[in-house]
Amino acid sequence: MRKCLIVALAALFLAGPVPAVAQDQSDEGAGAEQFIPITSYRTGPYAVGGIPFQDGFVDYLKMVNARDGGIEGVRITWEECETAYKPDRFVECYERLKNRGERGASVFNPLGTPLTYAVIDRLPADKIPLITLGYGRTDASDGTVFPYVFPLMVNYWSQNTAKIRYIAGLEGGLENLEGLKIANVHHDSAYGKETAPVLAKQAERYGFEVEHFPVVHPGIDQKAVWLNVRRYRPDYVILRGWGVMNQTALKEAARVGVPADKIVGVWWSCAEQDTVPAGDAAVGYTCSTFHNNGTDFPLMQDILTHVHDAGDGTGPRETVGTGFYNRGVINAFVTVEAIRTGMGRFGARALSGEEVRWGIENMELTDADIAAAGATNLVPPINVTCADHEGGGKVLFVRWTGESFETASEWLEPDRDLVRGMIEESAAQYAAEKGITPRTCES
Amino acid sequence: MFYRETGQYKTTYAADRAIFPIRQDRVAFAVLLLVAFVAIPLLANEYWLRSVLTPVLVFSLAAIGLNILTGYTGQLSLGTAAFMAVGAFAAYNLEVRVPEVPFLVSFVVAGLAAAGVGILFGLPSLRIKGFYLAVATLAAQFFIEWLFTHVGWFTNYSTSGVITAPPMTLLGFSFESAESRYLLTLCIVVVMAVMAKNMVRSELGRAWMAVRDMDIAAEAIGINLMKTKLTAFAVSSFYCGVAGALWAYVYLGTVEPQAFDVLRSFEILFMVIIGGLGSILGSFLGAAFIVLLPIFIANASGIFGDALSAETIAHLEFVIFGGLIIVFLVVEPRGLARLWQIVKEKLRLWPFPY
Repeated sequence: MRKCLIVALAALFLAGPVPAVAQDQSDEGAGAEQFIPITSYRTGPYAVGGIPFQDGFVDYLKMVNARDGGIEGVRITWEECETAYKPDRFVECYERLKNRGERGASVFNPLGTPLTYAVIDRLPADKIPLITLGYGRTDASDGTVFPYVFPLMVNYWSQNTAKIRYIAGLEGGLENLEGLKIANVHHDSAYGKETAPVLAKQAERYGFEVEHFPVVHPGIDQKAVWLNVRRYRPDYVILRGWGVMNQTALKEAARVGVPADKIVGVWWSCAEQDTVPAGDAAVGYTCSTFHNNGTDFPLMQDILTHVHDAGDGTGPRETVGTGFYNRGVINAFVTVEAIRTGMGRFGARALSGEEVRWGIENMELTDADIAAAGATNLVPPINVTCADHEGGGKVLFVRWTGESFETASEWLEPDRDLVRGMIEESAAQYAAEKGITPRTCES
Repeated sequence: MFYRETGQYKTTYAADRAIFPIRQDRVAFAVLLLVAFVAIPLLANEYWLRSVLTPVLVFSLAAIGLNILTGYTGQLSLGTAAFMAVGAFAAYNLEVRVPEVPFLVSFVVAGLAAAGVGILFGLPSLRIKGFYLAVATLAAQFFIEWLFTHVGWFTNYSTSGVITAPPMTLLGFSFESAESRYLLTLCIVVVMAVMAKNMVRSELGRAWMAVRDMDIAAEAIGINLMKTKLTAFAVSSFYCGVAGALWAYVYLGTVEPQAFDVLRSFEILFMVIIGGLGSILGSFLGAAFIVLLPIFIANASGIFGDALSAETIAHLEFVIFGGLIIVFLVVEPRGLARLWQIVKEKLRLWPFPY
């Protein structure tokens, strides 16, 4: 028995991967189908956000197939690969999926800063673009140095400047920022520290004072941090949290007497998963997003009708309209629209990565386009150019009422001039380190 | 029948001390090298070379490092990933600040830097043993991760704290393709593995094993405990440092301090335990097991197609992986290397066991 077991396991182990690889090629040669690789994390420490996000992403693709028969008639196919939010697993997924489908992988959406960094160097050789919706690498917004990376909508720095503008709005104007004390409570990691330089620049420009309070990962115990925050007596608190840290921060803030309506969160801290567990402590808490929540949009209704009513929903119906779910939908939406833009030039057929890259770079979604897609007020207009890979998105602030997120502001414009200079500086440093000659963007 | 050493006489001391005293082993090893150096680069596709075989080799090197410390010298360590991080960041900083240095030299410097840090954090081993030492090495793990996250100098003040490795060129040849990177890793790993194998068979290695088996007895027969333990830490960290540099340069091309967290240390410890404590071969087997199995499960679960949701498959992977580890440890607690040894013993009598 024991011997058999060992032999069987050994045989399985040695022989197993080979047929699996042989299978890879058999998908090829099918009809006109556009392949979109999906890298998700449904396990690991951030699965709480990863699961609804991917459900939204997949549901949108299902909806496009069901409602329109694909993009311009080209059906979408996809395959999901589990990364568990680990860069090495993501690289493995990337390599596994990059040659799938008729013309190879069209575009990757890593959904994570470290995952993004892990493949940036491979993209130019593989000619595959990367959409990093709302996350970093921030300086990849400079398309001259990073032709294949698209931090669409808003990067971390833009988003952070919008938070200051939102605070200014509450205070009655940018001039009233002078003398304010702002506490930046951040996740103690590369991601968390990324906004420190931009805050410093803004503090200098507007004359407010900023103090940083790092929270050690995963952030379950924050008593000491919040005692320090209270001692600092901030006028506002910026919460740059992640995962379980967010709800703990909101609870601790309430305990030490920092009112929730003085806390402004980043989009990773802006979902029902963060506010519901915090209970009453979260009521009045505002946070920034680049999309709207809820299902009161024709586009979201289409997902409910064509996917969930048809019994094909990826996740539970209740998650539709929540923060992470809508973010997944928006991510799939811009991916599909970019491919559509590409098809406008290359024809309605499966596109290669390079062609999709062109599509993203020339994507312009005006108010009219967004209205036609049934997404008015769900997403702001986007206009990506060769040099500006961010696309000029705007930031929306939402407030937690205890039941749902309500809109708390207009779509705010970030301090683009300030951010752009910093991005170009940082991208130039990267180019020098890697020996890249930035391309020129004339046309 | 085939695996029998009858008629092979050892006439010199050198022959008696050879790494592979049996001719069949030597042939098998030569064939294995030939496969690794010639057949695999020719046959395997980019996916296999880049994202499966290269990490297996890098982890094997780290596992050899930990095996020297834990398997051979008996000093339990949970700081492996930290020593890898030291290697990665040392190589990066040298390359960025002194670009003239060839990257192979910076790999050696990476190893030396890690060895220095290893000696420093090995000092508590002179006073404490076993689980208490494991806790002390955890300090290295947390401190080094903290250091690289918070001191901007180490990441060249990059805003995100993530370093990207400069391109690797040697005598005008750029290591860009998957094949060249695989072969580079393979060369380094093979050379260092042979060195490790010889080290553990030498006086130094025997001193390590004596300390592992009973340190008081070892001291009584004249082994300098301090020197032995600290060399074990130094050599072990050297291997980990080079592995870290390879991880950053050859495999990912980019690295952030969080990539070398305590979970990575545990992962390497599992490789050593599953592969076999006190075995160089075991380090390779353990690394292959831990890296390949999840990939294999993920690939194999594709046969279920749409019948299983992506979420179920992701969780299934954990269940199968965990289950298999338990099965292996129950069936053979001394690891995959011991299984291989049993197979060899059986093979000598095959097909007529008495």
